[in-house]
Amino acid sequence: MGLLSVAIWLPILLGGVLLALGRDEHAGAVRWLALIGAMVAFLVTLPLISGFDVTSAAMQFQEKQAWIERFKANYHLGVDGISVWFVPLTAFITVIVVIAAWQVITERVNQYMGAFLILSGLMVGVFSALDGLLFYVFFEATLIPMYIIIGIWGGPQRVYAAFKFFLYTLLGSLLMLIALLYLYFKSGGSFAILDWHKLPLPLSAQSLLFFAFFAAFSVKVPMWPVHTWLPDAHVEAPTGGSVVLAAIMLKLGAYGFLRFSLPIAPDASREWAWLMIALSLIAVIYIGLVALVQQDMKKLVAYSSIAHMGFVTLGFFLFSELGVSGGIVQMISHGFISGAMFLCIGVLYDRVHSREIAAYGGVANTMPRFAAFAVFFAMANSGLPGTSGFVGEWMVILGTVKVNFWLAALAATALIFGAAYNLWMVKRVYFGEVANAQVKALTDIDSREFLMLAVLAVAVLWMGLYPKPFTDVMHVSVTQLLQHVAQSKLN
Amino acid sequence: MNSFNWPVVLPEIFLLAMACFIAIADLFLTHPARRVTFWLTQGTLAGVALLHFDAFNAGQSAYGMQGMVVSDPLGHLLALFAALAVMVTLAYAQPYVGSRDMQKGELYTLSLFSLLGVCVMVSANNFLVVYLGLELMSLSLYALTALRRDHGQSTEAAMKYFVLGAMASGFLLYGLSMMYGATGSLDIQRVFEVLGKGQANQSVLVFGLVFIVAGLGFKFGAAPFHMWVPDVYHGAPTAVTLLIAGAPKLAAFGMAMRLLVEGMLGLATDWQQMLVVMALASLCVGNLGAIAQTNLKRLLAYSAIAQIGFVMLALASGVVSGNTLSAGNAYSSALFYIITYVLTTLGSFGVIMLLSRQGFESEEINDLAGLNQRSPWMAAVMAMFMFSLAGLPPLVGFYAKLSVLQALVTTNLTGYLWLAVIAVLLSLIGAFYYLRVIKVMYFDEPAADARRIYGENGVQALLAVNGAAVLVLGLLPGGLMAMCSTAIVRALAT
Repeated sequence: MGLLSVAIWLPILLGGVLLALGRDEHAGAVRWLALIGAMVAFLVTLPLISGFDVTSAAMQFQEKQAWIERFKANYHLGVDGISVWFVPLTAFITVIVVIAAWQVITERVNQYMGAFLILSGLMVGVFSALDGLLFYVFFEATLIPMYIIIGIWGGPQRVYAAFKFFLYTLLGSLLMLIALLYLYFKSGGSFAILDWHKLPLPLSAQSLLFFAFFAAFSVKVPMWPVHTWLPDAHVEAPTGGSVVLAAIMLKLGAYGFLRFSLPIAPDASREWAWLMIALSLIAVIYIGLVALVQQDMKKLVAYSSIAHMGFVTLGFFLFSELGVSGGIVQMISHGFISGAMFLCIGVLYDRVHSREIAAYGGVANTMPRFAAFAVFFAMANSGLPGTSGFVGEWMVILGTVKVNFWLAALAATALIFGAAYNLWMVKRVYFGEVANAQVKALTDIDSREFLMLAVLAVAVLWMGLYPKPFTDVMHVSVTQLLQHVAQSKLN
Repeated sequence: MNSFNWPVVLPEIFLLAMACFIAIADLFLTHPARRVTFWLTQGTLAGVALLHFDAFNAGQSAYGMQGMVVSDPLGHLLALFAALAVMVTLAYAQPYVGSRDMQKGELYTLSLFSLLGVCVMVSANNFLVVYLGLELMSLSLYALTALRRDHGQSTEAAMKYFVLGAMASGFLLYGLSMMYGATGSLDIQRVFEVLGKGQANQSVLVFGLVFIVAGLGFKFGAAPFHMWVPDVYHGAPTAVTLLIAGAPKLAAFGMAMRLLVEGMLGLATDWQQMLVVMALASLCVGNLGAIAQTNLKRLLAYSAIAQIGFVMLALASGVVSGNTLSAGNAYSSALFYIITYVLTTLGSFGVIMLLSRQGFESEEINDLAGLNQRSPWMAAVMAMFMFSLAGLPPLVGFYAKLSVLQALVTTNLTGYLWLAVIAVLLSLIGAFYYLRVIKVMYFDEPAADARRIYGENGVQALLAVNGAAVLVLGLLPGGLMAMCSTAIVRALAT
């Protein structure tokens, strides 16, 4: 059994065990078991990075076994420079989520931890599947634990949010399923994604495929105008759910564009790039403005996530190395930053039970240590140089300048709006006079909360100051992808 | 062809003999000893299943009773799963019938006779034998529906079921007689040959075909012949509902295979059109109708209608512009679909029966409220069934839908491609009401007077096995798929 299989099945099996045997009477043991499991699952993903051959664009750490004979589908795993970073990122975020829930979740702890562990394994599966059917199974299976997480531990509107999340994403992925079956048929009975990459297709078929994939991935990213599920899901989900949604699940969609849309339908991708760029810019600018007027902190961060993911899709459809690499860097960085932002809100919410910006004011006076982190992450979220948020956005904007100066100018306004909504929130929540008795009674973060925020802060700084390990890994794969996309697949 | 070839019908003879023996033996048993009847029945069913399993593995095709019945892997596979379905149903029903004064010999004998009908139908090689099996099965089920004769709803359901069922049988018989008139034979293969020569009167054939398809639609419970389904599912005692929802679906599939595919493949273009219309209607009626339901049994009835729509889609995509190359693929996906559907249905009704044990019918969706807090284990099993019916991976229902969709896409006709798109969009609507059941179990608080759940350990274990089957087949569906394609390929070859 290879590393990737372990990274997928270890958390899933452990999650299953917790679901089956865990009871609230021994919640402590459940927490420790979940933590240890998540840590081990994270540690086993590290050799993927250290053992990764950065000079090769081929799939590495491959595993292949016959799975369903009737469909000639294989259990085929592997990672390349595009996907490899997401495997440890997923496992890392899961560790953070387990720590974040330590004291907050007191009911049905085993189900909470189990759901997140299973979700983690499934998402690793999405990033490493090289078989179309296997990808789909993992991709869609992630809906089940997330639906349960939002529905059980969510806020007052949790049922509405859970349904909206589920049905929205299901609609998209069902259309993708038809596309996968069509590709299976056209390729003469193969579900291998790498075979599909080489399959010549007429432009009309490519366009249909492109839009079928677009349906699945744009909902997941989410792109404007199919983003409306995200604010609801984010706001209602428990802290851990929001963290995983923002940090990893949105990336499943963006990753899908790179693995499916671009290489399978390159001509259609070029044909429709204008549309994708337009939608991305709308997300960046319009959603940035929407974020500015939010009263609810979680909603603000949710909208800012959509705006940041707009940069990712913008970068992908520039078809330049700077753009695509910038998009991927932005994906990883956003994983850290948005996760941290939601954790910060969680810290406040656990104490005051309100996410309204108006309910706070002057938090820095009572929680100085926490405020330092919160302000730091807000800065990173608005793209401060030296943090990871800067690197990706900078690369994408630079890539855009090479295509068209005015597009770049439009994209760059996002930095202004980003700074505006982040700093304005910081001002209202953390600075100024102590607003009310509740804020006055706040206690600063304990060592558990300090630990999880500090780890993320280190990651954000590291990636901001020294992004080379990230860009080096993806360089060859991205170049090869772009070469592939540049060639027409029309026959 | 003209010999009796007794070994071919060995499982049926065994079943008949045991059914008669149990009917008589039960006369001498009173209440506490009636468990003997139960165990005898289960033993019989296990024996029948084993015999069919052996015959399936032998993989031979043979004719018996002077060409009246055929023994081929398709018939044995369907009969095997039908026997298992009845077995599981009776096991789930044990506590349920015990607490409702339904613990009577009739339950067991009639179940066995209905199974006998199923077995006869799926291995028939003659129109009359198909009809004979159908009537044997249906009459037993009508009587079973009315098993609680002092219960208004049950009797009403039985009347509806009987009247509509009898009408459907009439349709079928009328259609078969037209077919006989046009081809001059009741023998399925003979009819196939005559149709192949293309000398029969086309208008008589198509006229008869309409009636046959309508009769089949009734038995499948496909729209627009679905009216009886919600009422009967709702009104019948849950144990009997499950008997109706399980094995008879397999039988209806077997009947469709024998009549339409083996007999009238020559008319495929005609009946495929009808099936497509019925499939679309079923998908719409089932998925839209289920949204409004508050009763779980009615919800599952509408869900059954919708699921049958998928089976019909698969049956309708076998012959593409006169070409039968993809037939094996299409029919085996239909077979896989119906088997996995029955497997899932067994479990979901099993949960309903387990919950409604103590003299209390737990059949409203709201009765499941907070099930996760009352019994996390049972909620998880039920959630798996619901997700599987909704067609979500990694559960077996996903592969069922996948293979049907694949059959549609493989036809490479734009019309069928659109059918696939419509089918997935309608199953998105379907996902909503399955999710609602899960929502009630997981997100709602239990009612204040919610009773604790006392499951019999045996039944609980069986439910767990059923749930595990849905999950394991969802991770590794290859084996069952291979069995289905063997059965279909052999059936098409003869």
